[in-house]
Amino acid sequence: MSRNSDNRDLFPGALEIMILQSLRHKPMHGYALVKHIQQVSDDLLQVEEGSLYPALQRMLREGLLDSQEGVSAKGRPTRIYRVTNAGIKHLERELSSFGKMFDGITRVLAFSQS
Amino acid sequence: MNPIPRLFRRSRRYSDIDISVNEHIEERTDELIAEGLPRKQAVQIARREFGNVALLQQRSREQWQWPALESLLADLKFTLRRLRKFPGFGITVLLTLAIGIGANTAVFSVIDGVLLKPLPYPRPDELVSLWLDAPGAPGLANFQNGLRLSPSMYFTFSENNHAFQSLGVFVPNTANVTGIAQPEEVHTLLITDGILQTLAIPPALGRWLSHDDQDPHSAKRVILSYGYWQRRFGGDSSVIGRSLQLDSQTCEIVGVMPRGFRVVDHDFDMLVPLQFDRAHAKLAGFGFNGIGRLKSGISRAQANSDVARLVETWMHTFTNGPGTNPFYYRLWRISPAFRSLKQQVIGSVSNVLWVVMATVGLVMLIACVNIANLLLVRADSRQHELSIRAALGAGRMRIARELLIESLFLGLIGGVFAIGVAYGGLRLLVAFGPTNLPRLSEVTIDARSLLFTLAVSIVSGLLFGSIPALKYAHARATAALSANRTVSASRTRQRSRNVLVVAQVSMALVLLVSALLMIRTFASMRKVDPGFSDPAHLETLRIYLPDLLVADPVVVTHVQNEIAEKIAAVPGVTSVGFSAAVPMEGNDPNWDEMAVEGKVYPGGEPPMRFFNYVSPGYFSTMGSAIVAGREYSWDDVYGLRNNIMVSENFARENWGSASAAIGKRMRQFKSMPWQVIIGVVQDVRHNGVNEKAPETIYWPAMLQSPYTHQPTIDGPRSATFVVRSKRAGSEALVADIQRAVGSVNANVPIANPSTMQDIYAKSMARTSFTLSMLAIAGSMALLLGIIGIYGVISYAVSQRTREIGIRLALGAQKSELKWMFVRSALVLTAAGVAIGIVGAAALTQSMKSLLFEISPLDPLTYLTVPFILVAAAALASYLPARRAAGVNPVEALRVD
Repeated sequence: MSRNSDNRDLFPGALEIMILQSLRHKPMHGYALVKHIQQVSDDLLQVEEGSLYPALQRMLREGLLDSQEGVSAKGRPTRIYRVTNAGIKHLERELSSFGKMFDGITRVLAFSQS
Repeated sequence: MNPIPRLFRRSRRYSDIDISVNEHIEERTDELIAEGLPRKQAVQIARREFGNVALLQQRSREQWQWPALESLLADLKFTLRRLRKFPGFGITVLLTLAIGIGANTAVFSVIDGVLLKPLPYPRPDELVSLWLDAPGAPGLANFQNGLRLSPSMYFTFSENNHAFQSLGVFVPNTANVTGIAQPEEVHTLLITDGILQTLAIPPALGRWLSHDDQDPHSAKRVILSYGYWQRRFGGDSSVIGRSLQLDSQTCEIVGVMPRGFRVVDHDFDMLVPLQFDRAHAKLAGFGFNGIGRLKSGISRAQANSDVARLVETWMHTFTNGPGTNPFYYRLWRISPAFRSLKQQVIGSVSNVLWVVMATVGLVMLIACVNIANLLLVRADSRQHELSIRAALGAGRMRIARELLIESLFLGLIGGVFAIGVAYGGLRLLVAFGPTNLPRLSEVTIDARSLLFTLAVSIVSGLLFGSIPALKYAHARATAALSANRTVSASRTRQRSRNVLVVAQVSMALVLLVSALLMIRTFASMRKVDPGFSDPAHLETLRIYLPDLLVADPVVVTHVQNEIAEKIAAVPGVTSVGFSAAVPMEGNDPNWDEMAVEGKVYPGGEPPMRFFNYVSPGYFSTMGSAIVAGREYSWDDVYGLRNNIMVSENFARENWGSASAAIGKRMRQFKSMPWQVIIGVVQDVRHNGVNEKAPETIYWPAMLQSPYTHQPTIDGPRSATFVVRSKRAGSEALVADIQRAVGSVNANVPIANPSTMQDIYAKSMARTSFTLSMLAIAGSMALLLGIIGIYGVISYAVSQRTREIGIRLALGAQKSELKWMFVRSALVLTAAGVAIGIVGAAALTQSMKSLLFEISPLDPLTYLTVPFILVAAAALASYLPARRAAGVNPVEALRVD
């Protein structure tokens, strides 16, 4: 998923929860989302457009997101993506299971270290 | 998520994707421009960074798609596009399919309605027709229905049987109805108790006829048919209890039968009770059709033996009168041979129908072969494209699927048009088909026919589609991709097309041979002298004088005489006569024993002979030649002289020649005085031109009845008048005749006006119908065969253009080249002819019953048809061959 060959690929679902969380913070259009993730992660993560746009459509289809017509500041037609209530619920479920998984990994790693 | 709204909002989604993607790229471009890059470079870099725009858009769209359905729809779209580009191909194929499938559907509907569907009564397999064999009855072999039942038989069988829930007898008849509107003649069905119970269809209005209604002393009650009720009473439900005059007798209407109800296969306007008088019933009187409903669990064989024992009971119970021997009928060896009612109704028509179905099926097959060839050619021209796709990774199934989708699509669309063709075809069939086709009213395009159409469309689509699919789904990338610079079309590819052509030719031969046999049959039938002349100018019509209208039989004859004279006075009429039955109407003949004076018959009983009643002037009007002696005169008739006329074959049979018969004597019963032969008439083909003329006795229109002991005078109350006039066939003449008849008695309607020509044509209907079917099919097969051969040779020429160019450049003669192609076509044709002859010889055996005076292996036919086919093949191949010879070698060699 990342451009640099050093970095590993994200686990499945990671992109989704990042998108949901970002859009929850503020609804935005596609390019802004890309830049947001890049900036907030301090360039550790770079989202490839090849994954982002299909993922956005998938989440639209599943009802986690909503798209709205609009006009951008520069006068171009644009689509703003926004999280729905179902999306928020899904996000919280995923975050909690992600949290549990991370806890579990941490404990196993802590065990073998000690 | 609900998929349906997804599809509708899809275009919106697609535009959302496009906008987002475009916006992304624009924003990035702006950023780069802000960083100082020139616009063009900025755009390039932005796009490059984004990645494969089209691919991303596609992958985004795929979220909203069903991939399998999408690819199917894409295939369909391409198919439509290809068809639109070459509309000629599409139209040819669709037309061929529509006609082929439509014809098959029409014939299937007929076969379904007539042969396959059960009769429209409850539990129809319990229904039987009471067919009696009587091998010992002299002359009875001429009957078509076996021995019919007599009233005494009805009583015996119905009262004493153990095998039947109910049984009854019926006979169709006609009657004059007066008292409601214009006097008119209606079709009646005289029935006994048990008929309605057997058929078990409840009345739409009122009630069935009951046992009491059959009492000869009770009032007459009738039941109307639905159609008659609508026509004459406007569907008025208060019709129950009203009365009308039937043959001048008052009858009360007690019921109406439901729409479409028929008894066995007979239409009727009115059901009338037979009211047999049991006290006076004799053994004889074999004129009624019996049907019955078996008890559940009883088989026909059991019913046969049950009734067989009742034949003895019958002879013990009834008699033919004092001095007669009831056990004489033991000689007849009457034995029940009951058949299922459906079998009785269908009769011998199944032969014709299966021939027609086979014919039409064969044409469909030829059409499919043709289309397969066309598709092969098209697939061949797409070889390049298909090979590239195969090389790029398209699987065999994928390519085959696309080809099959195209053919299935063509098949289904063809099937849709075929329904229209089938509908039209059925209307034509009903209008021009054999009029004695049973159950014709039950033939419709219903769900089963539509299902059949669908099945045929799909099967034919798969059939002609599988051939190119099989051939071109191979990933023969290298072979096809290499340019055809040095290699001509390989032999294997030509082979399948050649095989198809050979198949076409052989099937065409079978059809053409059958058609030609039928044409010759028809021609032979038309050459037969029917026994009358110039039928187009002979008008016939029937007049019935019921006994309540004219009681005295002598008066009946006088009235008939007067009617004849009044008709003769109508302008344009040259002569008039009447008889009890005219030829070829399918009227049941009258038969009885005729004993010739001085002749000793083996077995004691003289053979049964057909007889008819004729008026003076009948034969001259009909144009039947008097071969010896003279016609009756009215003096002969009124004077009740014991004179008689006979047919020429009867005269020859008994006295060697027509002239030798004059003056000889014969009679019907021993109690009858000897009748003297005064005239001999030429043979008349009463039962149709393809049957021998029966030996016939012609009684005068009025005579001492041979059936009664006391002298009674008798004559036919129902007479068919024949009128010779140049105006025959016109409505005006019929109206004039009606007026003439009305001036004698206003209550007498005329019935069934038609020209003798129409009757003659109708009697040949079965042959002419089969003939037209086969002729049409044969010509279609020939046409398709020609197109097929033309196509194959034409394509071969185009494929071998380079080779031709080389040959020409090397010095080949043009005629040699032409001959090369024509010869290849003739070889194919010869192979097809050889196979076809074997097939035709086998298949025409099943047509034997339809042929007349010609053998199914007639050598002239089997020589003519191959000649026609070879000539057609030569012509079809000559045109493209000429094109080959006209190739410019320079051009040909230049072609890549």
